[in-house]
Amino acid sequence: MEFRSHRLANGLEIVAECNPDARTTAVGFFVKTGARDETAEVAGVSHFLEHMVFKGTARRSAADVNREFDELGAHYNAFTSKEHTVYYAAMLPELTERTVDLLADIMRPALRTEDFDTEKQVILEEIKMYEDQPPFGADEKCEAAHYGQHPLAQSVLGTVESVGALPVEAMREYFERRYSPGNLALAAAGKVDFDDLVRIAEERCGAWTPANAERVLLPAGPHAEFRVLHKESSTLEYVLQLSMAPGAMDEDRYAAKILATVLGDDTGSRLYWALVDTGLAESAGVGHYDYQETGLFGTSFNCEADNTASNLQMVRDIFRRAEQDGIALAEMFQAKNKINSRVVLGSERPRVRLFTVGGNWIQRREYRSVRDDLDAVERVTIADLEEVLRKYPLSVNTTFAVGPLTALDPPA
Amino acid sequence: MTVKQAIFVHEFPSGLVLLAESMEWLESASLTVRVPAGCNYDPSDRAGLAGMTCEQALRGAGPRDSREFITDLDNLGVERGEGVSSSHLSFSAATLAANLAPALEIYADLILRPHLPEDQLEASRNVVLQELQAIEDEPSQKVMQELRRQHYPDPWGRPSQGDEAGVTATTNDDIRAFWNTHCRPDGSIISVAGRFDWPALLDQVSRLFGDWPSRGIEEIVEHPAPRSVTHIPHESNQTQVAIAYASLPYKHPDYFRAWGSVGVLSGGMSARLFTEVREKRGLCYSVYASHHTQRDRGDVFCYAGTSAERAQETLDVTLAELIRLKDGVLSEEIDRLKARIKSSLIMQQESSGARASSIARDWYLLGRVRTLDEIETAIDGLTAAGISEYLAAQPPRDFTIVTLGQQALEVRDGVS
Repeated sequence: MEFRSHRLANGLEIVAECNPDARTTAVGFFVKTGARDETAEVAGVSHFLEHMVFKGTARRSAADVNREFDELGAHYNAFTSKEHTVYYAAMLPELTERTVDLLADIMRPALRTEDFDTEKQVILEEIKMYEDQPPFGADEKCEAAHYGQHPLAQSVLGTVESVGALPVEAMREYFERRYSPGNLALAAAGKVDFDDLVRIAEERCGAWTPANAERVLLPAGPHAEFRVLHKESSTLEYVLQLSMAPGAMDEDRYAAKILATVLGDDTGSRLYWALVDTGLAESAGVGHYDYQETGLFGTSFNCEADNTASNLQMVRDIFRRAEQDGIALAEMFQAKNKINSRVVLGSERPRVRLFTVGGNWIQRREYRSVRDDLDAVERVTIADLEEVLRKYPLSVNTTFAVGPLTALDPPA
Repeated sequence: MTVKQAIFVHEFPSGLVLLAESMEWLESASLTVRVPAGCNYDPSDRAGLAGMTCEQALRGAGPRDSREFITDLDNLGVERGEGVSSSHLSFSAATLAANLAPALEIYADLILRPHLPEDQLEASRNVVLQELQAIEDEPSQKVMQELRRQHYPDPWGRPSQGDEAGVTATTNDDIRAFWNTHCRPDGSIISVAGRFDWPALLDQVSRLFGDWPSRGIEEIVEHPAPRSVTHIPHESNQTQVAIAYASLPYKHPDYFRAWGSVGVLSGGMSARLFTEVREKRGLCYSVYASHHTQRDRGDVFCYAGTSAERAQETLDVTLAELIRLKDGVLSEEIDRLKARIKSSLIMQQESSGARASSIARDWYLLGRVRTLDEIETAIDGLTAAGISEYLAAQPPRDFTIVTLGQQALEVRDGVS
């Protein structure tokens, strides 16, 4: 396993974890842009653009792009988050050049008006689909409330109104600014001939012209809002809680992952024993998510409406108890074992490893081997967990409940 | 192109089968245990009994109570999964290779010495009742669940969660009786894939499961499917469209042709449904078709979700694509299909979990393991002419259709 990196003259960086024993190769363009880089008027443009990237280039039609990916037998897709837009493909190693050629080409999309108009309908359908399924859009509303005026309040999907009104010119302008070569990384994992990858990238991406793609970083503050959204057609009640957590630049983030596992892993955690094992909730969990300058603990559960208030109180009590009494050694060891096993299982597949390698690079310009991550998890102490609980109390949170309830008292 | 597989099979006199595929380049090992206690065996007034049994089975076994059972598996870093299908209850575990043997000890307790604790019955019941309610909130799941019920002969189309009446009526005695009757070695499959030592694994499984007494297998009595056009009123933005038609099972000599024809419809972004419904017309975000096989029948299930005002056009375009298959497929479509399947076969070899579940499924469906070489040969042998010939003889028709949304749709042709 060898890490290599290279920077083209126009700023595009190429990074790879090369594993000569791997059977497949995964490659992806990681673009450092997402909902947080949008203004409210163009809400949803990053995600809509992600769709438009597959709609053809100067030398390929939309149908050509789809057909060629399928001819390669590639497993490919893309996703957009608050901070990143990622385009990736996994394929047999001998198809690397053709795959990178295709991926690189679509990074300079034609953004034709006709395709834009058709694809807008697809995006509107996607928004409506999420509005019909739990938590019925409450996740984005909860994040908006939690972040207030901070750019991370921006919705990834946008709304029917913002996407419906978006002109193609606004997308073209956004693209020119945000898809500057210095704002992208080409990452690879699995069986990679790095020198060849650099040659291919130089040929296909070397002529891209740089632009200024700055990102506004702002401190985020804690919020403690409590809101009930009535959704008459819903059967169960869905509850979301967001609280502050270590961000991507924070050394505390490993402790935060362990803490989230102790408190809210989908098996064997404190929330699991209190809510799921007892049948008081259908599911319950806590996750840790890191953004560039801040992070989130996201807690969620769903249950029969009548149990919502008592479950909320129970979650509050679990968080308070952890904040006051700390975490037991046995719980920490169990969480470490689970995380280690997941890291190793995930690392067996280049297409999983790719997201770690590419993600670390655009977040921190850092390479971390599987061993580095296992060691970082191993080093976390009980004192580290308690420090995270002290700095980032989960009991101070923004709470949204959506479902049949019309009113709900906050927990005591 | 795929690596030579090392597959081990041991059939115990009791009927239990142990399958193992060595993947020594991995650091992990995965295990699946399938017992023939699926929801096909739910009594008609206890729909959901298999699901309740699965829920209770995880609440302590052998020397461990409920909490110790989960905690010990967690401490071994086991990624667990449980599922109820028509035919089986399945338990799966993936972990670091060194932890396979201790995990297997715990799973042997689960199968042979579960506590099925009376005092946790209400908790289990509440879990299953909430799962039933959660499906009501997921329109796409609800429509596919109804489609299976309409399309398969009973009991094959039953939802594993059962129904509220059945789950409410279930007693712990029902669960114990169900377990004692259906959790048996004949029809059970244990499969392991990843890094392991075969002689040691065989010794361990023989020691753990060697005395498991066999019982007779209960025959399933089938009742014909309704196979109609159904609309479920639902308050939602989108209308869900679900369509099923008959195909061939995995064991059929023409299976790969039938399955390949579905790959032409759906799979990559250049496949027909995605191209016609989404790319050209922008009618929906999600549209797909997939082939589902049981031991003795195979079927194709299609789904599209779209705004109410465009649902009729979506149904019309989707049905038209299904019907158009009878006119045949193009060789470039088959070339793309082959490329995709070939990389999938290689990628399976990067996951012990994928292989463990795949060999167990093969054994249930075929009574043997189809090697990746054999599958590759079958895929290489596919031609546009062969698939077109199959489609001309067995065109998609007699559709079972379920829609869910504000308004019923009109089905214009091609329905039974």
